[in-house]
Formats: sequence, C-alpha cells, structure tokens
Amino acid sequence: MAFREYTIGVRMFGLAFGTSMFITLYMPASDIRNVSVTETGLERQLSFGRVGGFSYEDPLLQGKAKPATVDITEDPKTGAPIEPTRAYVYASGVPFPNGIRHPMILGKKPMELSLGQGKISMADEAQGAVFVVRTEDVGGETVGYIENATATRGWVPEAAMKVATQETTHYIGKGKIMFVREGCWWCHTLLPEQTQDWQYFGAPPMLGDFNGESPTAFGSDRKAPDLTHVGSRNSSKEWMIMHFFNPRLVQPHSIMPRYDYLWGENDAAGNPIDFDGWRAEYDKYVANERVYPPEVPVPAKDSEAHALIDFVLNLK
Amino acid sequence: MFKYLFAKEEDIPAGSAAVFFGFSSILWFIVGTGLGSFNAAKLAFPDFVTGIEMLSFGHMRQVHVLAVILGWISMAFAMAMMYITPALGNTKLWSEKLGVWNCLIWNIGLALGLTLLWFGITSGREYSDMIWPIDLALIFGILLPLAVNVWMTIKTRRTQGIYTTNWFFGAATFMVLIVFSVGNSPEFFQLTGLTEAYLTWWFAHNVLGLWITPVAAAISYYIVPKVTGNPLYSHRIGHLHFWSVVVFYSTPAAHHLMSAPLPEWLKSFASVEGVLILVPAIAFVSNLLLTMSGKWKMFVENVEIKFTITGVLMAIPLNMQGGFQQTRAINWYIHGTGWIVAHAHLALLGFSTFLEAAAVYYGLQTLLRRKLYSLALANFHFWMLLVGFTTYWVSMTIAGLIQGAGKIYEVPYIDVVIAEHPYMIARWVGGTMVFLGNCVWLYNMWMTLRAGTLIPAGRLPHELAYER
Repeated sequence: MAFREYTIGVRMFGLAFGTSMFITLYMPASDIRNVSVTETGLERQLSFGRVGGFSYEDPLLQGKAKPATVDITEDPKTGAPIEPTRAYVYASGVPFPNGIRHPMILGKKPMELSLGQGKISMADEAQGAVFVVRTEDVGGETVGYIENATATRGWVPEAAMKVATQETTHYIGKGKIMFVREGCWWCHTLLPEQTQDWQYFGAPPMLGDFNGESPTAFGSDRKAPDLTHVGSRNSSKEWMIMHFFNPRLVQPHSIMPRYDYLWGENDAAGNPIDFDGWRAEYDKYVANERVYPPEVPVPAKDSEAHALIDFVLNLK
Repeated sequence: MFKYLFAKEEDIPAGSAAVFFGFSSILWFIVGTGLGSFNAAKLAFPDFVTGIEMLSFGHMRQVHVLAVILGWISMAFAMAMMYITPALGNTKLWSEKLGVWNCLIWNIGLALGLTLLWFGITSGREYSDMIWPIDLALIFGILLPLAVNVWMTIKTRRTQGIYTTNWFFGAATFMVLIVFSVGNSPEFFQLTGLTEAYLTWWFAHNVLGLWITPVAAAISYYIVPKVTGNPLYSHRIGHLHFWSVVVFYSTPAAHHLMSAPLPEWLKSFASVEGVLILVPAIAFVSNLLLTMSGKWKMFVENVEIKFTITGVLMAIPLNMQGGFQQTRAINWYIHGTGWIVAHAHLALLGFSTFLEAAAVYYGLQTLLRRKLYSLALANFHFWMLLVGFTTYWVSMTIAGLIQGAGKIYEVPYIDVVIAEHPYMIARWVGGTMVFLGNCVWLYNMWMTLRAGTLIPAGRLPHELAYER
C-alpha cells in the first residue's frame, strides 16, 4: 500500500461506501422507528408471539412456547358476561413479543398508552399474562394500545383458557411457525402487489402493521394467490382442511403440494390415519373408479395442520 | 486434502487450496442444479414425490438457492481468488494452509446449514434463510478467513501497482462481510417489522450487487486479457466500473419492496439509483468486449473465452432488465411474477455462472498443469448450459408476462396457473439440461486430473488445446 494513490483510494472507498450505508441503513431505520403501530400490528404481534423463525425456545420450529388466541364473552375472573373480546394468552414461560419487551418500537402514543393505562411493564414472563388490544381517543385520533389484563382485571392465563371453548381457541402463533417452516410464503405472498392487485386481494398493509413482527415473510415469488386478507375471502374451515390435505380435492388445477403430513398420526377423534389407504382410494377417484373422493380426516386440536389453518383463517 | 491440514506451510504445493475449492464448487453446482431440477418438476407436476415432508417444495426451494449461491458461485469465487490474486501480485498465496482449512470448514458449514434448512430450521427470511448461529459461522469461519487471505496476498504482492481484478477482490471480500453482518442483524438483535423486511432485501440486493456481480466481473478482467494476450482495453473504464459499483450498486435495496409500505422517499431514491447500475454495467461490458478486439476467433475456438464472453454478453440483457424493471412504471406489472425468477436466473445461471465456469476451467488446467481431458465434452457442457438456461429463461419470462397480465386484468388466479403449465414443463426441461451438463463437467475435470496431458513448463493450457 506504499503508493500514495492507494492511501487516497482507500479513504475514498471508505467515504463512498460509508455514505451509501448512511443513506440506505441509518436514514430508513430512523424513519421506520418513528412509525406508530396500528391495531392490526398489535393484533399480529400479540397472536404470533416473539419469533416466527428459529429461536431458543423453539429451535426445531415445532411451534413451542407460543401464545394462544381466545375469543371470550365471559370475564375469566368474575364469570360475568362481557363484550366479545379477543384475548392473547401467554402461559407462564412463553416469551412476550417485542412490543412488550421493548415498548419503544410501538411508537410514541401507543407506547405511552400501553405503559400508562395498559400497565404492560407489570407483565412477567415467568408468571404468564393475558393481553388485549384496546383503543383510546387521543385528540380525535383513535390510538390502539396493549392492555395487560392480568394487571388491570386480574385475568390469569389458566382462567382465560377455561372460559374459552375449543372453537374459540386459535393457535395462530404456532400456525405462523408452520407457515414459515413449510415455506408457504415461497408461493403465497403476504403483501399484495401494486395497484390493480388491491381490488382482487384487498387493501395493501399500512406502515404500522408490522411493528414487533419477525419474520414478516412477505414472500417475493408469487406462484399462488396473495394471503394478506385470505380469512376475509374464505372463512370455511372445512374447505381449508380439504385444501391442505390435498389441494386437488377442491381445485383440480392447483399446483400446491399436499400437506397431509401435518396431520400427524391421529385425527381429531383419536383414530390413527391410514395415509396409504387414503392415497390408494384417492388414486381410484382420479382414475374414475370412485364417484367421490375419500373422506378427509379432521386434524387433531394439537396437530400442526390445525394450527396452520388457525393462522390462515385469521389473516383478515 | 486432509493430509495438508496439519502439514507445514512450505510442504503444501502452491494452488492446493484453489484446486480443492474448484472441485468443491463443481460438486455443489451439481447438488444445487439437481435440486433445482427436482423443484421445477414439482411445479410442473405437483404430485411428483408427495406426502414426504423432507421432499416437499417448501423445504427444498431455499436449499437449491443457497447451495448455488454459497456452494457453487461463492466457492468458485474463492477458487478464483486463491489462484488469480497471487498470480496478479507475482507472489504466492499468503497462506495455503489457511486456504485448505477455509475450504474444509466451508464445505462442512454449508452442508450443515443446508441440512438444517432442509429440516425446516430457518429464520424465515429469503436469501438470509440460514439461522443466526450458521450466519455467524459463515461470517467468522468462512468469509473472514477468505478475506484475510486475499488482503494479505495483495499486501505481500511483488508488483508495484494493483490490477483491476484485485481491487474488486479486495473490496468485495470486505463488502460481503459488512453485508452479511448487517443483513443478518435482525436475527442477532431481534429487529422486527418493516426494519426486518427492509434488511432482508437490503441483504438480498447487496449480496448480489457487492459480491456476486463485481467478483464475477473481476474474474473476466483476468481471464480475457490472460487468454487472448490482449491488454485490458482501458484501465480508466475499469476505474469507472469499480467506483460506480461502490456508489450506485450499494444503494437501491428498497426497489425490491416497491409494494411494501416503506417510506416513499426511500422507494423513489432506490428506483433512481437502480437505473444508475447501468453505469457499471456498460463500463464493464464495453471494456471487456473492446479487449477482445482482433481476437474474436477465440470466442469460437477457445472454451474459456467462449464461456467468459457469453457471460459478458448476457450482462447486457441482465442489466437492461435490472435497471428498468425496478422503476415504478414497469415494476407494478412484473413484480412477483416469473419474470423476476427468469431475471434472477439470468444473473446467477446466465451472466455469473458462465464467468465462474471459465475461471474454474482455466484455473484447474493451470494449477494441475494438465490439459483439458476432452475439449468436446467441454463444448458439450457449454451448449447444455446455454441451451438449458435459454429454455429456462425464455419460458419463465413468458410465464411472468402471463402472470403480470393476469394480475392487472384480475383474471381468476387458477386460470393463470393453468396458462403457465406448459412453461413450467419447459423450465424443468431446461434446468435438467443444466444439471446433466454439470455432471459431464465433473467427469471431464476429474479425468483432466487423472489423465490430462501434462502441460510443459512455459506453455499455457489453451495454447495446447488443439495439439495432440
């Protein structure tokens, strides 16, 4: 490097590359961090839990240590009837999402409300907590925030799970893990394309819809319909069950893989699933030797298929 | 290979690390393209191998992508760096032993990372799919040792100046370290939301712009003058290429997310900067093609030049697409369609692969001091790659235009899937041709090692190509 030209060159390189990094990293990051989270963003991060990819608590991506999302109409503490409420139940030991751990990422107003009225700083991972999303009118603007119902109303996780039924309990966080692990997002995007696409697949997301979510799994190579609002287009659990087991049952031209292996060993009634038998019967159906396709088993409550369907139906 | 791990530096023959990297890269190329062919078959025939989690499309797609990028392309880069950098500095590789270790750890680390991905253990971020412990191993165990070896070889050179190729090698090894560290920071530090989404594409853009594109170009800056005997047409245009890569190519990351709710100034800025990548692209292509002047018959006769110039020529459609398809006027039509898949393969399987293949062909012959076993097989490999790739590119571009039209005219999605079906079959045929061509290549290089004619001292391999 004895050449004077190279000494200058190295400094020029540092300046050029540094400027580029300043513009493409520091400036966008300082812009994005000021964004206030929307209600959608709060619902997403609370239902997904801390991480949707590899993490300490779930190294093999089996959907462990994730919150349960419950729709309740009864106060878990008093038993009194309440307005239909969606609550996010974090059993003891389930890690909180980033909005609770680092309220700064919620943006100024939602952070102040979540800390003040919502008492989220009192939540303790070791004990578990129940969260709900609330809104407040701040100077004519509706601001969503997180309420730690364990601190404000004495709702404990066990009680909240008790007042919910099997139909009103959703394993959305576990389902997000399945969505990431099974690579659904290699074909189904979670971000509508520009302009005309919005009429077909719904409104594009807002700036604050993703605070606290990781990974966002937007996807880039769209070989299949966008799923941002799929739960609003198609809310049929039966259709989803058939579609995941073998997409060609409901859409003969689909190129989606079969996800029957997410059913596990037993169906919802506890009976072992005979996959080979099912496939043999299905082949007969395809060969026109049967009029109807074989019956698709209903996935068990703790199966991966059940969680994935919960996740997809809740993309609204 | 293993006997050199604990040998003394002076007992390791010069070029060992490069030879190991060369053969490793060909093996990974076969793995990567084989997986690509398998995945393409699934898109054409969804019930081909079904019901097994490990063999489902969602588990295999990212393994294909990263086997090709980190196995084939990056290992071919390491191979090229380990013989070109010392050759241009009139010296030896700084540490042959470090190079051999680097190759071993690279193979082990990559095999481990890809196996985990295959099992579904992923960070869920496209291109930075590897989980963060593997990312750290990649940065500190693989890319850093490579960079140190390159930098120290340049530092201990015995020439006064530094040739164009080595500016790129020195700078790109530095930039890729920054790109890997920053691009994976959402996993290290649990960054979430749009920051995570943006950094995912910041990584994906810059790993191409600051690693794959400049290093591939740098290789051809060596191969073309060396094999043709012509000096590089212009050192100054080389300067323009280098500096415009650093300034322009490092900035348009956000143009991958034009439909995301990112700040509008960022998307507009990225789009303008994205057009400016035509500056390094035109500088590179014109410099190389003008260097060929008077030697164009070698484009037909010489296998290394045939590969290199084909790659350089592919840079023209590549950058014309790349520069303009990210502007809002075009992006809304083709974003998220097969057009982009075709474009990505034009960059990695077209432009870049042809340049690296030339480096591996030339390097293995030079280092082993053996003439290519069969020129006919090399030509067969070339045509399998070119015809296979072209079939892929044309079919995916058409599929992409169909998808784009379906998107804006709000055609029911399933009709788009039906319309694409023939092109999915064509893409599978094209990809399979590339895979089969690579199997022939490995055989040819292995036989070169075992049975190639020895090259006498003072002669270059391509001079003997047509001698018996």
